[in-house]
Amino acid sequence: MSSFNPGLILIIGALPVALLPHALRRVYLLVLPLIGLFVVHNLTPGTVVTYETLGLTLELLRVDRLAMVWGYIFNIAAFLAMLFAFHERDTMQQVSALIYAGAAIAAVFAGDLVTLFVYWELTAISSVFLIWAARTERAYKTGMRYLLIQVGSGVILLAGVLLWYNDTGSIQFGHIGIETLAGKLILIAFGIKCAFPLLHNWLQDAYPEATVTGTVVLSAFTTKLAVYALARGYAGTEMLIYIGATMTAFPIFYAVIENDLRRVLAYSLNNQLGFMVVGIGIGTELSLNGTASHAFSHILYKALLFMSMGAVLYRTGTCKGSELGGLYKSMPFTTGFCIIGAASISAFPLFSGFVSKSMILLAVAEDHRWFVWGTLLFASAGVFHHSGIKIPYFAFFAHDSGHRVKEAPWNMLLAMAISSFLCIFIGVYPQMLFDILPYPVVFEPYTSAHVINQLQLLLFSALAFTVLMLYKIYPPELKSTNLDSDWIYRKFMPCVMQFAGKWIVRFDRGVRSETLKVLDDIIALIEGQHGTKSMMSRSMHAGTMALIVLSVLLVFLVMMMI
Amino acid sequence: MSEHENKIHDPKTYWLDDQKNVKKIIWVLFVVCGLLFVADAFYEKHPHFAVEAWFGFYALYGFFMCVGLVLIAKVMRVFLMRDEEYYDKDV
Repeated sequence: MSSFNPGLILIIGALPVALLPHALRRVYLLVLPLIGLFVVHNLTPGTVVTYETLGLTLELLRVDRLAMVWGYIFNIAAFLAMLFAFHERDTMQQVSALIYAGAAIAAVFAGDLVTLFVYWELTAISSVFLIWAARTERAYKTGMRYLLIQVGSGVILLAGVLLWYNDTGSIQFGHIGIETLAGKLILIAFGIKCAFPLLHNWLQDAYPEATVTGTVVLSAFTTKLAVYALARGYAGTEMLIYIGATMTAFPIFYAVIENDLRRVLAYSLNNQLGFMVVGIGIGTELSLNGTASHAFSHILYKALLFMSMGAVLYRTGTCKGSELGGLYKSMPFTTGFCIIGAASISAFPLFSGFVSKSMILLAVAEDHRWFVWGTLLFASAGVFHHSGIKIPYFAFFAHDSGHRVKEAPWNMLLAMAISSFLCIFIGVYPQMLFDILPYPVVFEPYTSAHVINQLQLLLFSALAFTVLMLYKIYPPELKSTNLDSDWIYRKFMPCVMQFAGKWIVRFDRGVRSETLKVLDDIIALIEGQHGTKSMMSRSMHAGTMALIVLSVLLVFLVMMMI
Repeated sequence: MSEHENKIHDPKTYWLDDQKNVKKIIWVLFVVCGLLFVADAFYEKHPHFAVEAWFGFYALYGFFMCVGLVLIAKVMRVFLMRDEEYYDKDV
């Protein structure tokens, strides 16, 4: 039916936002993603719209079942984020959020690498304003770091695409693989946005510094767009299994000791991406279905968790575990929604994470990878530990911090309620999600063994938390910064530069003073011969001069005669 | 932050303020965990890996891995923790 990229609805729709009066604008912002959702729903898989330019065939629109999953969830996420930000009067945030979401949707429906690159960069440039909108010095610096890394990912992507075109003569975005240099470069570009280990830290750095509503928007798009791109270009790449497994495990250690609760969520976002990357690495129909469905349910519960922490930040002015506690007394609804989000991310039966994550774990088990399976199981227990328990516990329970605030505004509560409903709906009735997955689903999440095993795993990690709390072994929430890989470019490299700078200055000064000394010596030498009263510059009387000339002439004359 | 100065005295006591009730919740958790552990005997297992067939594998794995997670994270704090303004200071 439609012959244009549905991402354009939000991108072009964002342009008149600034001109609309406030009341109308709020409604307009909510309607746009709904139109987007409708248009995506009416797309027919197999549709391709091409455009020839400069000898390249651009596929401005390519519809298939993989892209459809992301098309649906990105529009839903945009709607929820707009509802959550309904009270917001900051036009800059509204426009940039719309363009950002639209660019992510457009990138998903882009059929070639050049179009993908354009939207890839647009997501980077539009999203940074959600960080800068916090309008603090700290947010400005963080935004700069974020922008450098995001645009850097785009530049590497472009280099990879050029090489790819040189190698294959095509810019179509299909399977790429890591065999060629082009494939490796494109993988790095995707990997940066997907927060691969050691390329990850922009995420934990930037997301917690964005505005209350900005973080909710940010959490949905960039990293899941990268998951989509990886699923299309690198399905079945064995290396991704190990990268993904690492991603599931190592951020959770940081999540345990982190104090800023939005940063804890950023670490657990990273951990959830790991599950999806493992699914891509396995590359079977089951595992790719798992990745797609996990991306779908993850966007919802992660947005829900960021919304609940955003509401806390909005009302109390802080999101630090050390300054919070006891908020269930004044924000009971937010508490309830946060717990639903926590149960979903922890994959409790009847919640969305349960049906999607178990697909990936089953795919790993069927591939007989016991070590990866054990790691994912550990990460599943760990995610319950830090996201499922720690977030609600330190924000809403623990010791009473004394905050007595109003419950979150109605629009925030409504956004959280809808997200909560969807989390439970997917958990209870997964068939609707299964129906839109890229491949036919032959999978039954609710077997007695699976339900009991999952409950055992989760409740015994809750037991571990309780025991560690009772014996006061659990690390308390402390005001702190924990060093992560960003230390390399935020502290180590500046130190090296400064140290190197000091030595360069010293060396430079030495060379200059030695050179000056040599010059002085030469000047002194010349002065000795040519200076005042030296032999070469001695002044003589005219008579003496005449005498010398005469003598010379005389000698000359004598010589001529001989 | 003055706009967020909202710590007022709240004379109301809540159900969870009573330590007895907190203890009750902990006991419920213990009992549920005990039941779940025993439940391992009452369903048919379809293990992909040999360990899955062990009695109470998931329960023990969940418990000990979490304890390990927290202990390792505590050790990490020794090396990684800096004060809050660490990055704001000049190098």
